[in-house]
Amino acid sequence: MQALVQQLIYGIQLGSLYALIALGYTMVYGVLRLINFAHGDVYMVGAYVGFYACTKWLPFKDLTTNPSAGTANFAFAILALLLAMVLCAVLGTVIERFAYRPLRNGLQQADAHFWGIIAALPVALRFGPLLSPLGGGLFIVLAVTFGFALRPVMTWLRRRIVLSTSRLNALITAIGVSLLLENGGLLVFGADQKFIGNVVPETNWNLVGIQISSGQFTIFCISLVLMAGLRYIVLYTRRGKAMRAISHDIEAAKLMGIDTDRVISFTFALGAALAGAGGMMVATLTHVKVSPLFGLLPGLKAFVAAVLGGAGNIPGAVLGGLVMGIAEAFVAGSAYSTYKDAIAFCILILVLLVRPAGLLGKNVAEKV
Amino acid sequence: MARWALTRLAGISATLAILYFISVFVGPRMQEYVLNVVILCGIYVVLAVSLNLINGITGQFSIGHAGFFAVGAYTGAAWSVLWLPRIIDLPFLKLGTFVGDATNLLIALVLGALAAGIAGFVVGLPSLRLRGDYLAIVTLGFGEVIRVLLLNTEAVGGARGMSGIPALVGSFHMELFWVLLLVMLVILVSRNLMRSVRGLTFLAVREDEIAADAMGVNTTKVKVTAFVIGSMFAGAAGVLYAHFFTGISPDAFDMNSSIIITTMVVLGGTGSITGSVVAAILLTALPEFLRFLKDYRMVIFSMTLIIMMLTRPQGIFGHREFSLRGLFRRKERRREGSAPV
Amino acid sequence: MSGMGGALLEARSVTKQFGGLAAVSNFSVSVNPGELVGLIGPNGAGKTTVFNLITGVYDPTVGEIVFDGKVINPLKPYQVTALGMARTFQNTRLFKNLTALENVKIAGNIRSKAGLGAAICRTPRLLENDARLEATALALLEKLRLAHVADLRAGDLAYGLQRRLEIARALATQPKLLLLDEPAAGMNPQEKQELRELIREIRTEFGLTVMLIEHDMKVVMGLCERIYVLDYGQIIAHGTPEQIRSDPKVIAAYLGTETAA
Repeated sequence: MQALVQQLIYGIQLGSLYALIALGYTMVYGVLRLINFAHGDVYMVGAYVGFYACTKWLPFKDLTTNPSAGTANFAFAILALLLAMVLCAVLGTVIERFAYRPLRNGLQQADAHFWGIIAALPVALRFGPLLSPLGGGLFIVLAVTFGFALRPVMTWLRRRIVLSTSRLNALITAIGVSLLLENGGLLVFGADQKFIGNVVPETNWNLVGIQISSGQFTIFCISLVLMAGLRYIVLYTRRGKAMRAISHDIEAAKLMGIDTDRVISFTFALGAALAGAGGMMVATLTHVKVSPLFGLLPGLKAFVAAVLGGAGNIPGAVLGGLVMGIAEAFVAGSAYSTYKDAIAFCILILVLLVRPAGLLGKNVAEKV
Repeated sequence: MARWALTRLAGISATLAILYFISVFVGPRMQEYVLNVVILCGIYVVLAVSLNLINGITGQFSIGHAGFFAVGAYTGAAWSVLWLPRIIDLPFLKLGTFVGDATNLLIALVLGALAAGIAGFVVGLPSLRLRGDYLAIVTLGFGEVIRVLLLNTEAVGGARGMSGIPALVGSFHMELFWVLLLVMLVILVSRNLMRSVRGLTFLAVREDEIAADAMGVNTTKVKVTAFVIGSMFAGAAGVLYAHFFTGISPDAFDMNSSIIITTMVVLGGTGSITGSVVAAILLTALPEFLRFLKDYRMVIFSMTLIIMMLTRPQGIFGHREFSLRGLFRRKERRREGSAPV
Repeated sequence: MSGMGGALLEARSVTKQFGGLAAVSNFSVSVNPGELVGLIGPNGAGKTTVFNLITGVYDPTVGEIVFDGKVINPLKPYQVTALGMARTFQNTRLFKNLTALENVKIAGNIRSKAGLGAAICRTPRLLENDARLEATALALLEKLRLAHVADLRAGDLAYGLQRRLEIARALATQPKLLLLDEPAAGMNPQEKQELRELIREIRTEFGLTVMLIEHDMKVVMGLCERIYVLDYGQIIAHGTPEQIRSDPKVIAAYLGTETAA
């Protein structure tokens, strides 16, 4: 019995993490009907930001030598969390703007500058690291030149490309972005697994024989806070209302004067921030080893959670996350623990066959 | 009718003979490294064209093709490594002889294709209710489930996979024969299907399922058929893969692999057989010849994917096919003075 | 298995519920062979739902659909088409990326006798079959004055031609009963006149029974021998055009048709 409750506790904590990531998937699916394959990798980036923040950028003190630095470290940890959220929000926005939006609206002049920057990177890097005067200066010069040179290319392309409303094209692009983040991560961060030691004081609590670590508990609490914040934004702010409007009918939303592009960007930013928070917390508080591919599996599981709850449905994502977490915890604790990753796909297939709209979703049939 | 059958038989025999000669005379003259790349290209062409039948022609977005590839490879390998040794005393099955190797490979191919076909049926049937992205994710999921199952089955080696598979494909310099044969077969089947009205019904399912249903097309049958034929060819490709590289493990059939095959189809132009062929060759050969870019390979790959989607989503060939007739028509029209197509 | 009493199509007390909403309730019609019957009613009355019920897209919650003596409730649309019923759609659902000829050939395939294996092996039987299909399709296009666009992409055709192509495609399935869903939508008066003549022509030439949904009173009154009027999913009137025109219930339901009779 104790073991069951232990697994349940573990499952709830895991589930709250999946819920954080699932929210990003479900919100983006709600507004764009797009499965943002790259979302799991944003989670990974959050973990790396957490790693670099805790080990290099912020002045964390080693707790073993300065045991009283606990509170200071806590403050820095919060800072690191915010940093991860902000940086990931930016990443999410960039991805939306340059990889997904051109599929809806066509290529624009701003895209030229983005690709100019991308093109300038490898060239400049050959001559020196970006932070050095040679590398950095060359990069800026090249980025600007390429940017302006590509502008007419964008105009030319814009005229020739027929925008298709195919959601599958967007899915492929999303897969491409995901691969890019993973392999780019391999190049930038290296394939070796990074590890964050104890940066905030941690204890284990023992309630009637059940172990709860402070790290797990913190993740759960902060997740709750973030989800509550999201709920507030979605239900009580104008932007949130706009998000909901777009998820019902994007054309009508446009006609009602909603700047759909801005709201969509905002949606991506929100989802990415949550995923980044999740990544940072996991890396910092559960001390898992961080590698560029480590967002793949949690991302997939969170996606299943979103579908389970009903794609586009925000409370559904939370519910789905919890169910996924608990299911995985129980499988992991059972005799079939090696199948714990496959359970996600089994649930997915089951849901889509039995109740494709998800637990809380509504079935929308195609009008003949 | 008899005359047709005879002509057909003559044609097939001639083709087989030509392939044999190419394999036995050209093959050994190629550098081993180049030959390996050619074989790999051939295998991926089969994978891409077979996937194109499901995705491009029937419009069912399946992105777990590596699962069928795996089922075929493992079933074929199981035959040669696990089951064959038990009945080896049959004369025409003796390994090491031309007839023995060929027969064994044929049996492996049939078994692999059948197993993969069953997998295709199992995946295709429930997927019928799903559309678009959901279907894509479920097929990806199935691919992963197959991989995890293989990973956890000790009888086929689990995580280590199977090694020591008899090199039946390469024996007696027949590699090119087998690979080219399968390539020809998959292209022929796809093309013949497309030229018939029956094949048009597949396109109809892609264009508008509800209208196709109303026009008398059994959409369920069409979709499942596409899945089964596509998966059978992928399975056959898997058998060749296993018996050429003599070692397989679940890692070779992971999600990355599925995505690469899907990229080939999309890059070439979903629906275009020619496109799949060209893209498969490009995407297999180029990374090999650009080995010096090894670390950047996947980054370049993913960038290409994104840029392709942004600038030419219909792929290199779009919906079009390469045909000699098309070239002639264009030449005639130019001569007559009107604008080329 | 011909219908007793002669009705080709019968709907018997059909009700269709979507959740709590009854889109169609207690709906009964009968259509005799060779007739030209109309189904009219205000927007949202449930007319297309009726077509969807008849063709098998939806299953009736209550009631039976009987076609040519057979109860066809459990059948799927393609099976219903095989029995001899064809339909067009309110918003044309052509295979846009395929040519007009290909659109028609696909519909003709239901009557073909060549299987998948034959197609892959390109047997003489298949080649003969496909050649026949092509000839039939071309003839059909000619009859509907679409031969000149046979090789053009269906999605590129002018709207009027697209609507005619939809009809051609439905005809290719060799139906006994043709269901037309608002065939005159979006047409100018000249085109509507041509359409009326076309429908009369094909009815005679192909020995069809026709049922059509229309909003335009001029088309309906000038064409149909009997009319059913649907409002809020129920039949509120039934009779000849003259009877319908003066029926107070119909006038009340419609309150102003868009074209004066």
